[in-house]
Amino acid sequence: MPTPHIFSAKQVSAVLLIAGSLALSACATKAPKELPPEPGPVTTTASAPQPLGPAPGSQADFLATMMGDETIYFDTDRYNIDSADAAALNKQAQWLLRYPGKRALIEGHCDERGTRDYNLALGERRANAAKNHLVSIGVDPSRLTTVSYGKERPISLASNETAWARNRRAVTITTD
Amino acid sequence: MTYRTFAVFVSFLLAGAVPAAAQDEPARDQGGLEVGVEEMESGGLTGSVSDDSDWQDLGLAISTFATDRDVPTRASAGSTAQLGRALSRIISDNLRNNGLFKPSGPAGLPQPSYDQVAAPDYSAWSLRTTDMLVQGYVRANSDGRLAVGCYLYDVALRQQLGKAGWLVAPGDWRRAAHKCSDMVYARLSGESPFFDSRIAYIAETGPKDRRIKRLAIMDSDGANHRYLTSGQATALTPRYSPDYKSLLYLSYLDGTPSIYVYDLAEGRQRLVTRSNNPTFAPRWSPDGRWILYSMAISGNTDIYRVSAQGGQSQRLTSAPGIDIGGSYSPDGRRIVFESDRSGAQQIYVMKADGTGQRRTSFFGGRAATPEWSPRGDQIAFTHIAGNLRIAVMRPNGGGLRHLTDSWQDEAPTWSPNGRILQFFRTRRNSGEAAIWQVDLTGRNERRLPTPVGASDPAWGPVRP
Repeated sequence: MPTPHIFSAKQVSAVLLIAGSLALSACATKAPKELPPEPGPVTTTASAPQPLGPAPGSQADFLATMMGDETIYFDTDRYNIDSADAAALNKQAQWLLRYPGKRALIEGHCDERGTRDYNLALGERRANAAKNHLVSIGVDPSRLTTVSYGKERPISLASNETAWARNRRAVTITTD
Repeated sequence: MTYRTFAVFVSFLLAGAVPAAAQDEPARDQGGLEVGVEEMESGGLTGSVSDDSDWQDLGLAISTFATDRDVPTRASAGSTAQLGRALSRIISDNLRNNGLFKPSGPAGLPQPSYDQVAAPDYSAWSLRTTDMLVQGYVRANSDGRLAVGCYLYDVALRQQLGKAGWLVAPGDWRRAAHKCSDMVYARLSGESPFFDSRIAYIAETGPKDRRIKRLAIMDSDGANHRYLTSGQATALTPRYSPDYKSLLYLSYLDGTPSIYVYDLAEGRQRLVTRSNNPTFAPRWSPDGRWILYSMAISGNTDIYRVSAQGGQSQRLTSAPGIDIGGSYSPDGRRIVFESDRSGAQQIYVMKADGTGQRRTSFFGGRAATPEWSPRGDQIAFTHIAGNLRIAVMRPNGGGLRHLTDSWQDEAPTWSPNGRILQFFRTRRNSGEAAIWQVDLTGRNERRLPTPVGASDPAWGPVRP
């Protein structure tokens, strides 16, 4: 049997980073598109010179470039790509076209206010909606895979409209 | 599992084991358990306690099971005398915890001697205002197995209403208590039995955003609890096969959510279908010959049917949107399922081959996770209208009734006799989940004891 493997350490840290930045904002129906900048790499003035910024083409570089646009958000029970989602996906596509050797996994998620089976299918539909948009801009579909986590992996833990809006999302994670 | 060692205890043994019984029992008792069951069903009591509200008032006494000789056994409960006390406690708890009766005993009641088991002291019991009396015995068999006898008496009529006996392996000793509970319940209520059954579910630990979900199984009363997966891969939505030999469940083992068939005896599993597409929501047909699963292709989810032996899958739905789940009618000819083809989750019924699809739920809100009652007369489902609640309706969509009223109750599963529903209840904010049950009248709601958090219950049939 293959080794069970759901999140890499890299993916977990990426999710936590998103969670941290989202927690600073508030919005009633749609999660905000303007997020505080990601915290940069830790630098100390006393030590030897460190390379500035993440390695080009890395997941860290993708996150630093996207500044929150690696995630798009959906209304309750919906999976359509609105203009804000399209802008974010266009930005993702530009990065992916700049680094043609990279692949991407698109995670689909739902809020907790639905039944488990349906949310698994809905998360898959959301991830595919994001994928289809990237493909329509020219990203090779063979570079893109999807996975649904249904309501299993919330990033906002409260049970209220704000938290649910943040959890109804599709997250793009780049891989080698 | 050790079905083979759970043999029917032939009733001449029963009579022979209890000397007093040997003289009292007429010749019709010579045919074993099956004859006994027929006696029960054709007996005269059916109907006299059929009103739910009266059951509670019935003076039902469960006395400590006697033994002919207190000897050590390999059962976890200890010696035969200790087993006698444990068996009667389980029977009393079974009948009390499901809100069916308010039995007294075994604590605080006289302990019948071994010779009295088949010849109760009616006068003494009637002085205690006992209407119905359960007595029994446990005996160590020479082959290492345990012989357990169970007797139900009407004290006022001074009449035996039922009796049954079983030979069980020491590891299966609790099953004798469940079988006895089932005999008493069925005899007094006129309903089908359900205690000797098992439940598969998902055990939950850890915080809401990194919850660990493990496949677990337990008896209907929470005993004999066992984890089947380690929790490294998220496990969801198990379903016991009707013969209890295997489980269907969803696992993220290889990263993609996929349905596996887990063989309990072998401890091995296989994919229900070879595909790169995610598969969800596994279900068995009542005869165990078919498996339903739902598969998403490019975001569009449909329901498929495949033989339990494997082979080619047959697609049953093709509407754009999410068609998911599915629960067979008891005769296997129809399937109730969930679809959002009309714009939101609603309940549909189709023939088992996928033809004749029509919507049956036409009330406010969304309707999800339909499950056909084993009796065939009701569909249980999750009604989403603000909160998530457990509800039932008739298969044609009429007669909507809500059974629970909480923040989030979902995914009902029927008791084998179609009288009780289990579901899981999620707490607001913490997301902590627990298995609860409620009866078909909406009463007797209670939380099931589980070692950790619990969700996705699936109640199996009465064990063979």
